[in-house]
Amino acid sequence: MLMSLAGIVFGVGFFIVTQAQTSGFEKFYIDTIIGADSPIRIEDRFQLPGVAIKGAGGEGEETDFYTKTDSNRKYTRGIEYPNKLRAAVEDFSDVTAVSEVLQGDARAISSFSEELANVLGIRIKDHLQVTDIQNQIKWGSIDNFRFNPSSVLLSIGLAERLQLQIGDYMLFEYAGETRRYKVVGIFETGISQIDKSRVFMQLGEARALFKKPFGQAFFQIGVRNVEQAGLLAERLEEALNHNVVPWQERERSWLQVFSVLRISSAITVSTIILISGLGMFNTLAMLVMEKTREIAILRSIGYTRQDISRIFLWQGVLVLIAGTVCGWAFGAGVTLAISKLPIKIRGIFTADSFVVNWDINHYIWAAVVAGITVMIASYIPARRAAALEPGTIIRGTSI
Amino acid sequence: MSTETPVPTPASQPVLRAENLHRSLGEGESRVHVLRGINLQLKPAMTYSVAGPSGCGKSTMLYLLGLLDRQDKGQIWIRGELMSDASDAERTAARSRHIGFVFQFHFLLPEFSAAENVMLPMKKLGARSPEEMRSRAEYLLGLVGLGAKADRLATHLSGGEQQRVAIARSLANDPALLLADEPTGNLDVANSNMVFDLLQRLTRETGQAILMVTHNPELAERTDARLRMQDGQFVV
Repeated sequence: MLMSLAGIVFGVGFFIVTQAQTSGFEKFYIDTIIGADSPIRIEDRFQLPGVAIKGAGGEGEETDFYTKTDSNRKYTRGIEYPNKLRAAVEDFSDVTAVSEVLQGDARAISSFSEELANVLGIRIKDHLQVTDIQNQIKWGSIDNFRFNPSSVLLSIGLAERLQLQIGDYMLFEYAGETRRYKVVGIFETGISQIDKSRVFMQLGEARALFKKPFGQAFFQIGVRNVEQAGLLAERLEEALNHNVVPWQERERSWLQVFSVLRISSAITVSTIILISGLGMFNTLAMLVMEKTREIAILRSIGYTRQDISRIFLWQGVLVLIAGTVCGWAFGAGVTLAISKLPIKIRGIFTADSFVVNWDINHYIWAAVVAGITVMIASYIPARRAAALEPGTIIRGTSI
Repeated sequence: MSTETPVPTPASQPVLRAENLHRSLGEGESRVHVLRGINLQLKPAMTYSVAGPSGCGKSTMLYLLGLLDRQDKGQIWIRGELMSDASDAERTAARSRHIGFVFQFHFLLPEFSAAENVMLPMKKLGARSPEEMRSRAEYLLGLVGLGAKADRLATHLSGGEQQRVAIARSLANDPALLLADEPTGNLDVANSNMVFDLLQRLTRETGQAILMVTHNPELAERTDARLRMQDGQFVV
């Protein structure tokens, strides 16, 4: 029984540890991508063809069934009538802020080299409310950017490649025209793809650089509840006739990878609990065989089948309680220890130690898995014990 | 769970009545017709002994009468209530309230003390408070000469002492019927006599009926009625 108890402790503990890690990295990734690109993006305007397919009955009469033909949407690049659209978006109570962004690629030139840069034209006051750029600044100042139209914020990777520092000047070339800017801030989002090419400049400057005095921008949206961004996006899309992309859709591939990893680790670790359950089943089954005489005597003095069953189930419950509580403590301890372990992760996000997520649900699920396993492992021997006929057992000792 | 206090059975009403009990044991070709029409009435305040050769069906009959086994045919009444066809739960409750068993082997729970073993039937019946149960367990252990060993683990008692604890346990709920299968088989002569005297005294005082399977002719001689079995039947 001690081995079964140990199995439950380790099973519950490792379940918690693996879930804390996988969901920790997942949560960290989500925080990173929302911090870099906001929870929702409103992109291109679309027009519905105005045609709906209506179902017909057998005799050709009309029915109540119809479907829209969304696949026939016609898209126009960028948002249309930004001021009106902003007003409409801000009418949604779940929206906290709107930032208009114009995006384009331009050649970034320093004294040392040239790189292709992904330029985002923003109004810093708005953008601060929809992203985490304030905390992503490694060097320099947001205020200098705010008050100097000819300044840029450079991503850390791009700054390294161009060998630029705060106060340096650089050029952006687009369509044969070159403009000069001062580097006033260097930021790091943690996402290497962004950190090697992104540049922020003021929206007006970006429109001048890309020769797009109006239109072709998109909105980044801040929301009250990021978990509900998907639902809000559906409502926005339906109301605004613009393509609205929540973070869940934008990052679907990576989120699925995290989800599969989390489920896979849960299944793998659950096998430890299952094997402990098998061990426990074996132990209890042996115990029933060893205690048949005691069971018979209890039955003879008035104990019911349920009483006998309860004795063995209670043993299971005791192992479950002790195993779960110790497993929780073990899991929490290892999770804490792992969170201190240094590890250098660069790529889809930047981390210098294991990222863990402290979530009560991991503890509840570990207990549920252990509970189901232990109860099944106890129930079968308990039922077998309850089914024993006292007369048959006692007769085995005398004729 | 019943909290009914055992009521002495009127002298006119048998504690147990059995009619035409049949029981076969084994499977297929090895199946043996062990009991072949047992008829029996046990009256209150009477001691009965059953003797007979090994394999004649004495123990099998005892388990049927004690509702530990089911007959193939026939009927059993305990204190006027037909129990032979009752549900498992009803038969279990009847065992708890009306029947005490002493088996050939003591069958004590080794993890428990002598007093705790004696308290087990009382705990199940639930008619007494913990203090009353403890007090009665000590009283019964005193009756069988083990008052000083109430808190000893069952495994720390000798074979004879364990059997005496089993006898005390069988008396825990004041059963109307005590069924004993070689109750003194593991005891020396002095202890056998002590236990039998005790059982007989209880019979007189509380109106219990005792049916005892024994190979000891001296003890059998001291019972109020002596029954003899052969080939699954009572013989004269």
